[in-house]
Amino acid sequence: MSFLDSLISGISLGSVYAIIALGYTMVYGIAKMLNFAHGDVIMVGAYICFFAVTRFNLPPLVGILVAVLLCTVLGITIEKLAYAPLRSAPSLAVLITAIGVSYFLQNAALLLWSPNPKVFPNFFILHGADGAEQTGLELGSLRISYVTLVTIVVCVVIMLVLTFFINNGKLGKAMRAVSEDKDAARLMGINVNTTISVTFAIGSGLAAIAGVLYMSAYPTLVPTTGSMPGIKAFTAAVFGGIGSIPGAFLGGLLLGVIEIFAKAYISTQLSDAVVFAVLIVVLLVKPSGLLGKVVREKV
Amino acid sequence: MKKLTKTSRNNFLTYGFVILSYVVLQAITAGGHMSSMLKGQLVPICAYVVMAISLNLTVGILGELSLGHAGFMSVGAFMGTTTAIALKNVIASPTLRLVCALIVGAIFAGIIGFLVGIPVLRLNGDYLAIVTLAFGEIIKSIFNNLYLGLDEHGFHLSLLDNKLHMEPEGKLIIGGPMGIGGIQKISTFTVGFALIMVCLIVIFNLVNSRAGRAIMAIRDNRIAAESVGIPVTTYKMMAFVTSAAMAGAAGALFAMNFSTFVANKFDFNTSILVLVFVVLGGLGNMFGSIIAAAALTILPEALRQFASYRMLVYAIVLILVMLIRNNPTIRSFFERFRLSKKGGAEE
Repeated sequence: MSFLDSLISGISLGSVYAIIALGYTMVYGIAKMLNFAHGDVIMVGAYICFFAVTRFNLPPLVGILVAVLLCTVLGITIEKLAYAPLRSAPSLAVLITAIGVSYFLQNAALLLWSPNPKVFPNFFILHGADGAEQTGLELGSLRISYVTLVTIVVCVVIMLVLTFFINNGKLGKAMRAVSEDKDAARLMGINVNTTISVTFAIGSGLAAIAGVLYMSAYPTLVPTTGSMPGIKAFTAAVFGGIGSIPGAFLGGLLLGVIEIFAKAYISTQLSDAVVFAVLIVVLLVKPSGLLGKVVREKV
Repeated sequence: MKKLTKTSRNNFLTYGFVILSYVVLQAITAGGHMSSMLKGQLVPICAYVVMAISLNLTVGILGELSLGHAGFMSVGAFMGTTTAIALKNVIASPTLRLVCALIVGAIFAGIIGFLVGIPVLRLNGDYLAIVTLAFGEIIKSIFNNLYLGLDEHGFHLSLLDNKLHMEPEGKLIIGGPMGIGGIQKISTFTVGFALIMVCLIVIFNLVNSRAGRAIMAIRDNRIAAESVGIPVTTYKMMAFVTSAAMAGAAGALFAMNFSTFVANKFDFNTSILVLVFVVLGGLGNMFGSIIAAAALTILPEALRQFASYRMLVYAIVLILVMLIRNNPTIRSFFERFRLSKKGGAEE
């Protein structure tokens, strides 16, 4: 692979990580919890889309919409049933509950959809004038698949819409207020519970989109599919400064690019080790991530 | 006779419980009433109990969340097993060989714990947690690509490729993603029990010493502890390295209960599993960790009759336990009960 090829596939993978990392970082910013079940929502989203398209013969776009819708409902349900009762509990209790939810989703998927790997179809195929299937663009020696293009575009669009929503929308403002200070926000008449639910809904919806995009690039779907991209995206969120939305975007992109470059130029097997080593070095230099807020301890 | 303090009474109860369970289990085994399922679980239970109490030292006593404890277990497992294989012709007694392997595993895990601790302990809270996770993954990746062989010239090490340049009669010990195979199963329940006792003695004495009080002071308020002159990093490192070394010994014990194992056995999920033991048993509560580790290691086996539903049941039980334990109504009910009991007994 040439340098440019690696760069483009790195940005594409990084875009998927960025979309997942947004879910982590928003939930962390607002509920101060590490939602370890987020990776498994990706997997559920991918399965829903897979079955919508292959079994119910829905068009891919409708399939993705169904997946987003159901994952949003799933996210709200998980939040209401498992996390909302623990709002005043110690953070470790919430963490263990999130792990429980993650086990639950994985094993439910195992029972419902069997451990046999499913091959995710490629939606991003155009039919040329001669009827031949095209999966990508050819620009000289450079070949960019449509999946890559769509992933990058979707990520940028999501990023822009989300930034606008958080900065200008009424709910977005409420979200920022709640993440700043829950009690003060409540005193200002903000419904904290609704705001947290909306955050989970957005995060889970994005997870479904990320699931479909990830699966289009790496098409083997099994019940544990979500855990590795989940951990990577979580790393990306911390990398960029957890709680910061531009940070998640930047962290995700950088992580994807580093991973692909490590694969191309260092070693395929050790690419994960390289990614995590870079994370450690970054955290040593900037202990709250690239764009994270430095919180001064008050004595 | 001098009246025992509450802490030492609790500690002796814990020792007593472990010794009693050992005696009872040995008696059942000797009587031939032990089911083969439980018999096969005895050594893993010991290993997980040691993992749980060692992680409890980091999470409960030191107060730092570690998500990469399985990494230290992995170091201990690989180094310990390598030692046992290398010493095969030197030490005849399998038990003595196992003890050597446990010590070497603990030393290596302690060294790695020290190296990991240098960067990790500078960070706080969730950032510390993610860096321990990162180290766990790095250790896993390295062992997945490490080749180690032994011939008459000594050890041969190589990363990524199986190019060890060994003499033809040399023996491959660690085979990258294949892990270690052909292990003599020399782990025994008795050694596992001894390891638990040693770890408990170390932890209880550490916690009740000057150092232990300093460590708990750091957990409760780092800034206050620093301001009265406690060297924070030194004590944090002391607890972290002790914890890592115990995990290493547990890893060596665990590994030599199987004929073969791979690096992927000690992944993020294993770290999380041990963390679940610690949280369910209660932070800083060693007795609770022992019970939780033993019960939750047997539970999935005991649920075998539910076959494929067992992990689903396990997940639901886990969520429900966390919800019930942290329910304000139930909590205050028990709190009231405990207060009235205490008031009657002591005041």
